[in-house]
Amino acid sequence: MSFFNAITRLRNSLWIEWRIAIRFLAESPLQTLLISVAISVGAAVIVFITALIMGLQTNLINKTLGTQAHIRIEATQQHNNFSEFPDGKYVWIFENPRDQRLQTINNWQEVRDTLDQYSAFNTVSPLISGPAFATKGSARASVALMGIDPKRYTGIINLKEYLTEGQFSIEASDILIGYQLAKDLGLRTGDKLRIDAGDNHQSVMNVAGIFELGVRELDRRYVYTSLKQAQTLLNLPGGITILEIKILDVFSAEYWAQRIQKLTGLYVQSWMESNGQLLNALNSQSMTTQIIRVFVAMSVIFGIASVLAVSVVQRTREIGILRAMGSSQQQILRVFLLQGGLLGLTGSLLGVLMGYTLIQIFNAIDTKLFVIELETSMMLSAIFIATLAGVLAAMVPARRAAKYDPAVAIRYV
Amino acid sequence: MSNSPVLITPDNQQIVLQLDKINKVFNEGTPLANHVLHDVSLQVSRGELVALVGTSGSGKSTLLNIMGLLDLYSSGKLRIQGHLTQGLSEQQRTQLRSESIGFVFQFHHLINAFSTIDNVLMPLMLRYGKPNQEQTEYAQYLLNEVGLANYAHTATNRLSGGQQQRVAIARALVTRPALILADEPTGNLDTQTADEVFDLFERFNLEHQCAIVIVTHDPRLSARCPRTIRLTDGRIVYDGASANLPNAFTKAV
Repeated sequence: MSFFNAITRLRNSLWIEWRIAIRFLAESPLQTLLISVAISVGAAVIVFITALIMGLQTNLINKTLGTQAHIRIEATQQHNNFSEFPDGKYVWIFENPRDQRLQTINNWQEVRDTLDQYSAFNTVSPLISGPAFATKGSARASVALMGIDPKRYTGIINLKEYLTEGQFSIEASDILIGYQLAKDLGLRTGDKLRIDAGDNHQSVMNVAGIFELGVRELDRRYVYTSLKQAQTLLNLPGGITILEIKILDVFSAEYWAQRIQKLTGLYVQSWMESNGQLLNALNSQSMTTQIIRVFVAMSVIFGIASVLAVSVVQRTREIGILRAMGSSQQQILRVFLLQGGLLGLTGSLLGVLMGYTLIQIFNAIDTKLFVIELETSMMLSAIFIATLAGVLAAMVPARRAAKYDPAVAIRYV
Repeated sequence: MSNSPVLITPDNQQIVLQLDKINKVFNEGTPLANHVLHDVSLQVSRGELVALVGTSGSGKSTLLNIMGLLDLYSSGKLRIQGHLTQGLSEQQRTQLRSESIGFVFQFHHLINAFSTIDNVLMPLMLRYGKPNQEQTEYAQYLLNEVGLANYAHTATNRLSGGQQQRVAIARALVTRPALILADEPTGNLDTQTADEVFDLFERFNLEHQCAIVIVTHDPRLSARCPRTIRLTDGRIVYDGASANLPNAFTKAV
C-alpha cells in the first residue's frame, strides 16, 4: 500500500520536476543551445570514429580472409616417440626433428561429413596441396599445386570472381594460374605448361584461366587443378592434405579450431593464430578508439557538469523560493538530474544525426576506399549512454543545489 | 491522495505558533560566534495579525526564518500548530512547512520561468503534481481577489512590483496555511501600493482567519496591526497592543 503510495507520489511529483527542468532550460536558451551543440559534437565524434574504425576493421578482415580459410585442418605432425624414462634418472637425449613429408588426412571424407553437420561452418572444403615446379621452355618457377573440389572451394575463395582472363575450368588437364606466374613465365590463356612435382611425376597442363587474388605471393605461387590430378602428381592417390573451413562468425575461429582439434586429434590452425600481427593491429586499433571515446565522453560529461554548476549558482534564489514553497531536497535534486539527462538526450540526438551525416558524406566522397555502415543499435546505445552520462554529470551540481540552505539561498541576489 | 495535513492535531489548532525560550547562535562554538536571539518566547493564535518590528540587525528576519522552518534554532522549543519541531528530519520540516506556512518576501520572489497562475499554484504542484480543476479554480479565485484576474497567463516579469507582490500573496494563500510569514512585504513598494498590499493582508486575515506575522520597518503599517512585537538586539522588548507601543519606539524606527 505504502509502496503504491510512494509510486503515485513520485509520478505526481515528477510531473512538476519535469516542468521546472524544461522551463529552466528554456529560460536560458543560449546556454542550453551552446552546451547541446558541444555535447552533439562529442557524440558525433564518438559515433563517427566508432563507425569508421568498425568499417576499417571489417574491410581489413574481409580483405585478409577473402583469400584464406578461417580454419585449416592438417594431418598430425610427425614427431619422435620416446620410451618411458626410468624413475629417478636423468636421460640425455639427442633428438633430430622428423621431416614433415606430405601426409594425407586419414578418413578425410568422414571428417568432412562430420564437420558438415555443424551449422557454425559455412563451408568445409578438401584441398591437396604440395610443392611443384612449373616450366615453360627454359623458364622455371616453383609453385604450390592446389588440388580442389571446385564446388566446395567456391565457399573458401570464389575464384570465378578473381578471374581476369579465360574461364573457370580445372577438369581434364586444365589449370588456373595467377597473373604473376603468367607474367613470369610469359603465359596466356590456352598456353601449355609443364608441372613437375618430383619423383618423375609430371604432366603438361593447359592454362584455362588466369586469376588475380591481389596478394602478390599467392598470385605467383598458386596453381589450381582438380583433386584427382593433384593426387596423381603428388603421389597421394585418394588423399588430401588439408581441410579448409569458412566460419560464420570469424572471431569464433580460435574456439572452433580448438574444438576440432580435440574432436579429431588432427593439427588445426585458425586464422587468428596464423595472422597474429593482424589481430594485434586490430586490437590496438580498438583500444585507441576506446581511449578516444573515453576522453571525448569525459569532456562531454565535464561540459554538462560545468554548465549545470553555473546554472545552479544562477538559480540559487529560485531554489530558495522553491524550498520555501515546500519542495523537498529530493525534488530539487531531481530537477537538476533531469536537466542533465535532457541535455545528454538532445545533445546526443543531434550528435547522432551529425555523425550519420558525416558518414554519408564520407561514403559519398571516397567510395573506392571502403563503405562505413552505421548500425542502429550503435546509434541507440550512443543516445542511451549520453543520456545516462548527462544524469551522472548532473550529480555533483544537483547535490549542491539540494543542499542549499533555503534561508540563505532566498536572500541571494 | 488525501489532502488532509497529517501533522496537525485538532486540539491545539487555536495556537498556531508557539516559541519557548528560542536562542539562535550563528557559528556556534567558534570565535566568530554571534548570539542573535536571546530567550525569545511568544505565542500567535489563529486569526491574529502581528507586526514584528525592530532596527535592522535586531534579529527579526532570523526569527521569521526560524518560525518558517527555513532556519534551525540553537535551543528552545518551537511548536507549529501544536507540533513540536525538535528533531524533525529535513523531509518532515519540508512537509510541515508546505502544509502550515505561507511565505511572502520583500522582493516578491516569483519564478520567472512560469506564468502568474503557475506561480500561484507552485506550492500545490510541488506537493501534489499536476493541479486538478479545483486547485486551478482556487488559484484563479485568489488572483481575482488580489485584482489580477486578467494576468493569469502573463509572464511574471511583465508585472509591476505591486502586482508581483500581490501574486506572491496569492501564492502564500493557495495552500490555505494556518500561518503566513511576510518579510518586509511592502519594503520595496511606494506608499500607495504598500497600502493596497496591506489591505489584502487585512482582508485575508479576516476572511480566512489565518495568522499573519509581518516584519516591517513602516510604522504606519505596524500601527494598523492590532498587535506589535518589538525586537531589540535579539530580545523581545515589547509585545502587546500596537496602540500602547511607547512613542520612543515608533520614532526610533
